[in-house]
Amino acid sequence: MDHAVGGTSHLSTKLVVNGHPQELRHDVRVTLLDALRDHLGVTSVKKGCDHGQCGACTVLVDGRRVVSCLSLTASLDGAEVVTAEGLGTPDELSDLQQAFVDRDGLQCGYCTPGQVCSAQAMLAEVAAGMPSHVTEPGALTDPDTAVELTDEEIRERMSGNLCRCGAYVNIVAAIRDTAARRAGTGAQP
Amino acid sequence: MRPFTYERATSVADALRRTAGASREGERTAYLAGGTNLIDHLRLGIRETDRLIDVSHLDLTEVTELEEGGLRIGALARNADVAAHPLVRRTFPVVSAAMLAGASGQLRNMATMGGNLLQRTRCVYFQDLSTPCNKRDPGSGCSAIEGLGTYNALIGTSDSCVAVHPSDLCVALAALDVTVVVEGPLGERRIDFADLHRLPGDRPERDTTLERSELITAIEIAGPGFARRSRYRKLRERASYAFATVSVAAALEVRDGQVADVRIGLGGVSHKPHRALRAEEVLRGGPATHEAYAAAIAVEMEQARPGPDNGYKVTQLRRAVPAVLSALTEETA
Repeated sequence: MDHAVGGTSHLSTKLVVNGHPQELRHDVRVTLLDALRDHLGVTSVKKGCDHGQCGACTVLVDGRRVVSCLSLTASLDGAEVVTAEGLGTPDELSDLQQAFVDRDGLQCGYCTPGQVCSAQAMLAEVAAGMPSHVTEPGALTDPDTAVELTDEEIRERMSGNLCRCGAYVNIVAAIRDTAARRAGTGAQP
Repeated sequence: MRPFTYERATSVADALRRTAGASREGERTAYLAGGTNLIDHLRLGIRETDRLIDVSHLDLTEVTELEEGGLRIGALARNADVAAHPLVRRTFPVVSAAMLAGASGQLRNMATMGGNLLQRTRCVYFQDLSTPCNKRDPGSGCSAIEGLGTYNALIGTSDSCVAVHPSDLCVALAALDVTVVVEGPLGERRIDFADLHRLPGDRPERDTTLERSELITAIEIAGPGFARRSRYRKLRERASYAFATVSVAAALEVRDGQVADVRIGLGGVSHKPHRALRAEEVLRGGPATHEAYAAAIAVEMEQARPGPDNGYKVTQLRRAVPAVLSALTEETA
């Protein structure tokens, strides 16, 4: 960071992307989405609407899902970023990625990296007891109530990720399978 | 995006100092918090700035208890964290519910409380640079008055603007006793929530009463304790991830079959989050029945001035308000 006193139009930002430390020099207007794709060559992250409406650019920043198209790289110095490549590789898919394959949770695949990142973080939110819009009023006011991950809950919590092919039914199934398998094995969400 | 410079504020005072310095130079500034609205607007050209002052790293994220059951929420607390916070869920469930009804999981992780209050209308003409809009380009005219009126306001409109405030959170806050704490060049200022947002009048470009350099630092919600029984209901064109056509935030206290106290906030009806004071007044001390609730919202709707496309909002409110109050009544019984 080299802008302690006045403003700057270019700066250097350090990120840890999928476990690898990176430093990039960039125009301050560059979003995290463009930094990942155009500066660092991380092309699993997709540009859909570029307005925060479709979720195709979803990544994890310090463990939380965000839309990278509305995240300014300049503000993220020191952040840890995880994309679909960071969850698993073609030779070694994560359980969630494998479930998307097993359940045909995609057709064209353009939204899939965002779906997978979003689902990964969503399952962690559920494990942390975070409520949703479809959580019953009685459970909302009782923070000790565990979230039961019904299909309705999955659909509501994943509504920020659009799929123009309409693979939603199978996406829900893939997430349901993953949640059940992780619960069965006691694996971390 | 038009070029701007970026700088990171190290404290509230530092942010204000930077803004004052820019102002002396004739430069425009914008504060960056969650960025979910601002970054989009900078890219679209709805907003331009010379200097972007990043306040998102300031330490204003705490949720703390006030006396008599109130809560103070830091302006930079993220929507997702506040909605899930045990104190907020137990004390003011309507606040959690309203935030959970808004946006998506990703956006709630980013958006801040202060930014939520300052988000701008989703009027389609405001966001379409090819059409006139008095809010975006003062004096250019209002495209929504004669155009697509489906989402237009019902109450408090003017010849200049018929846009509605888009926030869910603000509808809940309108129903509660809320103070917005801001810091400016002259120090701290405390604003009643009802006085933060304004009706459009002939200055629709101004959404709020904040001065240019002022920075929201906290939101304080005081009792009443009866807000522990409160709900939010949002009507929209799809089940999730859409702005409201209308929404209702309500808190109710019933004693011996009578309405001891009631609060009603309405969304999607006005340029500012609307508190249904007329309906509340009709209800206090009267019977806690569905019929009384229906009569009260009918009184509130007497001031509505729907156009050809948005009369359905009156119908929605006349159904939704009694439904929410009846649900709260059953909860009490």
